[in-house]
Amino acid sequence: MFKEMHDLFQWAWLIPALPFLSFLIIAFVTKRSKRLSSTVSILAILTSLSLAIAIGLGVIQSGAEIVEHPAIVNVNWLNIVGLEIDFGTIIDPLSAMMLFVVALVASMVQIYSLGYMRGDVGWSRYYAYQSLFAASMLGMVIATNLLQLFIFWELVGLCSYLLIGFWYFKVSAREAAKKAFITTRVGDFGLLLGMLFLYTKFGTLDFAALSAALNTNFQDVAVIGTVGYVTVMAFLVFMGPIGKSGQFPLHVWLPDAMEGPTPVSALIHAATMVVAGVYLVARMYFLFDHASPAALQFIAGLGAFTAIFSASIAIAQDDIKRILAFSTLSQLGYMMFALGVGSLTASMFHLMTHAFFKALMFLAAGSVIIALHHKQDIWEMGGLWKKMPITGTTFFIGVLAISGVPPFAGFWSKDEILAHALHNGHPIIYAVGLFTAFLTAFYMCRLFFVVFMGPEKKENHTKESPWSMTIPLMILAFFSVFGGFVALPEHNFAFYVHYGEFHHEPIAWGLAGISVVAGLLGIGLAYVIYVTKAISAENVVARFPGIYKLLKNKYYIDEIFLWLIHNIMDGLGKVLYWFDIYIVDGIVNGLALITRGSGKVLRRTNTGQLQTYAMVFFFAVVVIFMVFAFGEGQLAALNPLATLGGVK
Amino acid sequence: MSALPTVLPTVGSMSLLLPFTLLAPLVAMLLIVFLPKEETKTIKLVAAMGMFVSLVLSLYAFYAYKWALGGMQFTLTIPWVPDLGVNLALGVDGLSLPMLLLTNLIGFASIYASWNIDKRVKEFFVLLLILIAGVMGTFIARDLFIFFLFYEIVVIPIYIMVIIWGSTKRVTKEYAAMKLTIYLLIGSAFLLVGMVALYLAAGANGNPTFMFDQLSARQDLYSPAFQKVAFALMIVGFGSLISMFPFHSWSPDGYAGAPTAVSMIHAGVLKKIGGYGLIRLGVYVLPVGASFWAPYIATLAVISVLYAALIALAQKDLKYVVGYSSVSHMGYVIIAIAALNPTAATGAVAMMFAHGVMAALFFSMIGFIYEKTHTRNIADLGGLAHQMPRLAIGFMIAGMASLGLPGTVNFIAEFTIFMGAIKVLPVQTILGIAGIIFTAVYILRTIANVLFGPRRSEWDHLTDIRGPELVPLVLFGFVIFFGGIFPNVLMGMIDTGVTSSGLAKVLEMVSQAKMGGLF
Amino acid sequence: MNLANFSVGLSTYLLVGAMLFSLGLYGVFSRRNIVAILMSIELMLNAVNINFVAFNRFIWNQKIDVHYILTGHVAALFVIVVAAAEVAVGLALVITIYRNRQTANVDEFNWLKW
Repeated sequence: MFKEMHDLFQWAWLIPALPFLSFLIIAFVTKRSKRLSSTVSILAILTSLSLAIAIGLGVIQSGAEIVEHPAIVNVNWLNIVGLEIDFGTIIDPLSAMMLFVVALVASMVQIYSLGYMRGDVGWSRYYAYQSLFAASMLGMVIATNLLQLFIFWELVGLCSYLLIGFWYFKVSAREAAKKAFITTRVGDFGLLLGMLFLYTKFGTLDFAALSAALNTNFQDVAVIGTVGYVTVMAFLVFMGPIGKSGQFPLHVWLPDAMEGPTPVSALIHAATMVVAGVYLVARMYFLFDHASPAALQFIAGLGAFTAIFSASIAIAQDDIKRILAFSTLSQLGYMMFALGVGSLTASMFHLMTHAFFKALMFLAAGSVIIALHHKQDIWEMGGLWKKMPITGTTFFIGVLAISGVPPFAGFWSKDEILAHALHNGHPIIYAVGLFTAFLTAFYMCRLFFVVFMGPEKKENHTKESPWSMTIPLMILAFFSVFGGFVALPEHNFAFYVHYGEFHHEPIAWGLAGISVVAGLLGIGLAYVIYVTKAISAENVVARFPGIYKLLKNKYYIDEIFLWLIHNIMDGLGKVLYWFDIYIVDGIVNGLALITRGSGKVLRRTNTGQLQTYAMVFFFAVVVIFMVFAFGEGQLAALNPLATLGGVK
Repeated sequence: MSALPTVLPTVGSMSLLLPFTLLAPLVAMLLIVFLPKEETKTIKLVAAMGMFVSLVLSLYAFYAYKWALGGMQFTLTIPWVPDLGVNLALGVDGLSLPMLLLTNLIGFASIYASWNIDKRVKEFFVLLLILIAGVMGTFIARDLFIFFLFYEIVVIPIYIMVIIWGSTKRVTKEYAAMKLTIYLLIGSAFLLVGMVALYLAAGANGNPTFMFDQLSARQDLYSPAFQKVAFALMIVGFGSLISMFPFHSWSPDGYAGAPTAVSMIHAGVLKKIGGYGLIRLGVYVLPVGASFWAPYIATLAVISVLYAALIALAQKDLKYVVGYSSVSHMGYVIIAIAALNPTAATGAVAMMFAHGVMAALFFSMIGFIYEKTHTRNIADLGGLAHQMPRLAIGFMIAGMASLGLPGTVNFIAEFTIFMGAIKVLPVQTILGIAGIIFTAVYILRTIANVLFGPRRSEWDHLTDIRGPELVPLVLFGFVIFFGGIFPNVLMGMIDTGVTSSGLAKVLEMVSQAKMGGLF
Repeated sequence: MNLANFSVGLSTYLLVGAMLFSLGLYGVFSRRNIVAILMSIELMLNAVNINFVAFNRFIWNQKIDVHYILTGHVAALFVIVVAAAEVAVGLALVITIYRNRQTANVDEFNWLKW
């Protein structure tokens, strides 16, 4: 059985290859035909999805076998002295899960875009980019070594840049795209350094080889103070995820990335690209495990901080997409600190469930936005449930899922994270997570109640979106409802996706109950404020104007960065430019001036008069004569007059 | 000193390939000289055909080079002045073959990038072809005399071309041309002194020679003090050419004032003569001198990278951005040379190739923009992707390659450099890598401000690039991505060059003396 | 100075030559007319001729085989011929300059100056 599965796994490379082929076809062949472009793209991604499902089933069938011995195929890609890199595919439960999630959300998004992007001039270009993105992301999750992962990581970043700036005639869009790329590049700097050090130390970047090298009695040597190599490498490698997965302080690009079309936000900035950082930490978990505990503690702390930080901002935002963006940041924080407290399983589980319900909510939001002709302020919406029942219902399912209400998917994964946080001895992080769960439920329900409940605004003429948009919503809602049940069976999620030894842990119902209560409290508070209006939101804001401003302006972090960039980086550039023109160039021009100046002076010796020249001639002869006749040393030895006798 | 290989293996049968590659542009040039000056179309076609022949031949050489055999192949050695030891010695190995190919790629594309020249067409293409032939000659020379000869041939046509067809912006084109030419000539003067000194030292026991491999084999004749001085002279000479800080000031003004084809060739290939010379002459022939000066030039290189990248941020003229950008990228090449190990050397040559292609693409796109809009001021441009989508694609490919996006050959080169240099020069390498952040900033800013944003009605009359203007885009785009996706084609070639040309042995000898770094 | 033992020897002729040469040299430096300068140059050349002949007479005044050494005389003849040629060319130049610029004053011949 495993042998047959193994043959199937050899074809895993097709999964990213098909969307890439689709990209090439659209870019070079079908550019002019909108219909053909989207057809090619969707066909490709659906094929990849089917392959991914097949592989997923194959993994499940292989049981424990696949966990111990992942199916790896490698081909030499770069081979020079001092640097040998392969390209390959790895099929293990983690990559199979990622393949399925990415392919599913990508397909849903591409189908959804048929409705959302209708009438857009750049239709073919959009689908080309979507295909390229799908290829890059799928390629990343089956990478066998860190460099291959990095290559696709950057390509994913490129697609994000292209898609955020898709409507490039908008200045805000092009600036947001630039910001995203540069912010993630700062993180990539650390990741690149980490990779270089890893290769230099271990001679390989292959995950399996590195894991083996670290696991076999590796002695770490201190390199900076008492900090060992591995810890330094771990911190450096983690810088990449800080940028890509929007951890504080490199989170600033994600809210701005909402400039892109909503399906793009759903796919890239909710379900797939942003989780690349989390995935990287999971893949390289052995590195963090062998580093000093400080590394994992740092990850946990940063993740928890990001979670509560973003959630606090979200409660004061008015743009529907921005709320969802900060919510994503917050949930990414959850995934990170889950890894930090030692539970790879919980983190990956939440990654999966979050992909479903967040993509769902983004797509539903997009449905609303299109129905209202690109209005995005929630206060201009209201009472939309009546006119848009499917959108409303699916959105509500998403809200329940993210608030951790059982039996929806979010409940299982969030609960597992919190349980592990407490059980592995991180009570503060647990508390933070719990409070953030409360906040999450609050702001999500705030969003839902304001947008879908209450009186309709007269100027909004809405109707339900077409099937191309609502079917993906329903499919994703299905997964948001039932996706969590993979935690239940004997060979549950944890059985397949885990690090180290597998222990079958029973679900801690007590703790689960507490987090459910927290969620329900949040929902209740939102209900009270926004539905029954028993507590007036304006009064609360009036009571704490300073805090409200701080939250609404995202703690002014963007302004701080802009100030730094403008004054320090650009200022330095201007200073150095001045230096280059006046000092370095000045020396060069100075040399030229000296040459010209001395020329001006010396040219006066050319009087043009014959007799002057004759005089100079004569005096030169006299001087030479004197030197020969009366000079000491070698010249005198050459004295021709000496040969005739005469003077000495 | 341990025994070094004296004579490298040669393949004698194909020895006429290189002379023909060199002659193709020269023959085309002679044909053009005899054409009447009104026949501009024919002139351009003849030039393009000449370069096409040359390109095909160099592609063939790349393809037919035997990796297993290694060393110098397609050699041709004709004694010229036997008493002085001057031979007309041509040949390519893994180090110079990518450079030859680069020259021909860029040369071919530059003909097409200059398709719309209307003033004095005949003279322009004559000079261009001489220039290209000269550059080719430096890379295929195996003899120091021939190398220097072609080097000198290269400098003069540029002066004339900038004076006549250049553009005046912050500085007049006369100033730019003068600065460019004289700066490089002064550099070559230092170089000449070094070369003569080397020649005399190598000929101390009789049997004088100019051949590179002979010069390298006579290591024991060069005292360490001599090597240090000679290498210092080469640093000044080649350093000026490769625009290492502080010898870089000719570069921004020079490129800005030059016509497109000249900028393409200059940024694309001429700077690489400097890097190539440092490796072939500096490190290969004077390794002790190289290892003495390595830390200093590494520091200067890092300064180049960061300094030029920050200045590029403050530029308002498109060509100046790319000019400073190329100074910055050459810093990486110099760090790699200073690291003195085979991996880094491979990375250096790869980076020269990759940057050459990228810079040529950038300059050709900018050239088209300038031709159509008559301005290079970034503030006046904007939203060009609306009117010229193909140009925007070319511009973006160049930009992405410049910031080292994986998938482009530039990433491979940069990564190899970092990998080779991090062991030996950790501090400089880390600072150099920080440069990629600034590169991303100015490249993306430039792209955003020039290509994206609202449609500007004053540019509505522009036509997109088409026909012959597409050649640079297609050619370079293909090379950039092909090299990025199948790196072994290029890197393997360079690898054989580094390992089989004796360079690896020389480096080993020198790097054993270097212990330290973090590992 | 003892004029009793005075006999005309080599140094006398050399002295005469030297005086003529100095006169000629002074003439070259100080005359303004280009023809006068040419004449002074002629004077210098003839002074050199005297030197040649004098040396030949006093130092090489013996027979070797059946021939006298006549190197100095031959040299003098050479100088005369060359001087003649040079004067021809020189005067041709002077006439051309005079036709073009209407002056023979060497102070005004400064067109090749800076």
